[in-house]
Amino acid sequence: MTKISDFWLEFRRNKAGVVGLVLILIFVFIAVLAPFISPYNPSTRNPNLFLSHPTLAHIFGTNEIGQDLFSLDMYGARIPLEVGLIAAAITVFLGLVIGLLSGYFGGVVDEVLMRITDFFIIIPVLIFMIIIAAFVGSSLINVILVIALLSWAPTARVVRSMVISLREWPFVEVAKANNAGSSYIIFRHIMPNVIPVVFGTAMLAVANSIFAQASLVFLGVGDVSDISWGSIMHFAFISGAVSVGDWWYIVPPGIFIILLILSFVMIGYSLEEIFNPRLRKV
Amino acid sequence: MTIRSSYFVKRIISSIVTIFVIISFLFFLFHLIPGNPILILYRNPALTQSQINVLYRQFGLNKPLWQQFFIYIGNTFTGNLGISFFYREPVSMVLFPALLNSLILLIPATFLAIILGILTGVLAAWHRGKKIDFVTLGSAMAFYSMPAFWLGSIFITIAISTKALPVSGMYQLGVYNQNILERMSDFLSHLILPLVTLTLVLYGQFTIVMRNSLIGVFSEDYIITARAKGANTRRLIWKHAYPNALLPMISIIGINLGIVVAGAVLTETVFSWPGIGFMVYQAIISRDYPLLQGAFLIISISVVVANLAADLLYGYLDPRVRLR
Repeated sequence: MTKISDFWLEFRRNKAGVVGLVLILIFVFIAVLAPFISPYNPSTRNPNLFLSHPTLAHIFGTNEIGQDLFSLDMYGARIPLEVGLIAAAITVFLGLVIGLLSGYFGGVVDEVLMRITDFFIIIPVLIFMIIIAAFVGSSLINVILVIALLSWAPTARVVRSMVISLREWPFVEVAKANNAGSSYIIFRHIMPNVIPVVFGTAMLAVANSIFAQASLVFLGVGDVSDISWGSIMHFAFISGAVSVGDWWYIVPPGIFIILLILSFVMIGYSLEEIFNPRLRKV
Repeated sequence: MTIRSSYFVKRIISSIVTIFVIISFLFFLFHLIPGNPILILYRNPALTQSQINVLYRQFGLNKPLWQQFFIYIGNTFTGNLGISFFYREPVSMVLFPALLNSLILLIPATFLAIILGILTGVLAAWHRGKKIDFVTLGSAMAFYSMPAFWLGSIFITIAISTKALPVSGMYQLGVYNQNILERMSDFLSHLILPLVTLTLVLYGQFTIVMRNSLIGVFSEDYIITARAKGANTRRLIWKHAYPNALLPMISIIGINLGIVVAGAVLTETVFSWPGIGFMVYQAIISRDYPLLQGAFLIISISVVVANLAADLLYGYLDPRVRLR
């Protein structure tokens, strides 16, 4: 308990982290309450208002089939948050497991797992996501899985290098001398020391997943009929709104997605600063 | 064998293995999807029966899977990547000029991003904790979080309303009889917006790495000594701290090639820059599977090779790496 309140004191001092947290809470609030607070039903079409400029009735304007962009942008917060959180959870879980196994057991296990990790670090991930999604079909769940399965490698690397140094600490040797099993040592002694640092990585994984989903949908991979900021920007581009200079269509979803990504990145870096003494202010 | 050359040989062999795994991955992805892959690939109504027969023979599609695999490997290594549905030309003929167009955009953008990242990183690290640090790091993070397609679209809407710069392609279409100077200026005016977009979305990562690595170096004893001896600030940064902070930058260039590629694909798409990333987009919207596979292979192999080059350079510059 004291540890958590210590952490909170440290975190509160970090302005970037606090701003990020507040922004994320606002976006979650909008996403959850969208049906109650959005001025229009996003699927309702007004046949008389195609690509209308922002007006008092439609403060972000309307799209090429007469839907209210402000309401679409509110609903559009849902998928990025879902994809970001679910994909990142799977990513971090995979990275944690692979990093723990590789670092703790060493030898052949380490060699094999690290060669696989190297492979996933080197490859251009977005291109792999595109081709897999293009072949296996691009439902939302597939997109989430593809993002997660291709993104765990950096986490595994970080976890492994931590485990390798933790493995040599006296408390692990004492546990071994007392005949503790491998799984007991990994879960009771090593994992609790790794978890705090993994939180920082997890925040960056959320940011990367949101970014990846938006990029895939923008390129037309993934379900463009699901409302998300990525799909709104996709339609802003292919409807020709961008190329006739209708900036108000594409500006808001882009700003929202940047703010959301930035929030997770800021929290990630502030966690890293808290847990990495070399970066801590003296 | 000396330690140095054994490190280099190891890295080269592992890159070759990686490329082989990528090529095999594509084959199995293509053959493991449920349903008949041939139907999926050749569903395109634009192909005539005789063209389909040629494709069958060329790729051995009526032979057993393992034979198809070897035919596929052989075809890939001889540059036979199939025929594009959309362009009705061999994929390699379509992609080779596209690769050159991509490099014309990518190489200058990466260099500009690195220079911008170093300058802003040094600025932020030196004024650590002050307003300059906050603004510099904040904008680096904002650009880093910015999807290239969004930034590009914003530039397009501005350029369209001000009629300042061309926003699509490499040259103005339908213009003939240009002399070489006119053609050059036409090309450069088309290059500006994609180049600026790509540079801006790429530089942020370098700023962050440069800043953090410099801050690490600033706490080293030799910097504190130099400071205590009264070395002037500019000299201290550029002579003592900067060269040591540069090493992590080189390794980050290799690791982040994937980000560069993603940025390039998205930038080329919004500006219709006829590079390999734009080909990926066209292949997606026209369901041109052979073109998509070819672009995938060329991009992946280029990234592995570029990564190898960065690693070898790093190993050459930092002896600790090759002794590990």
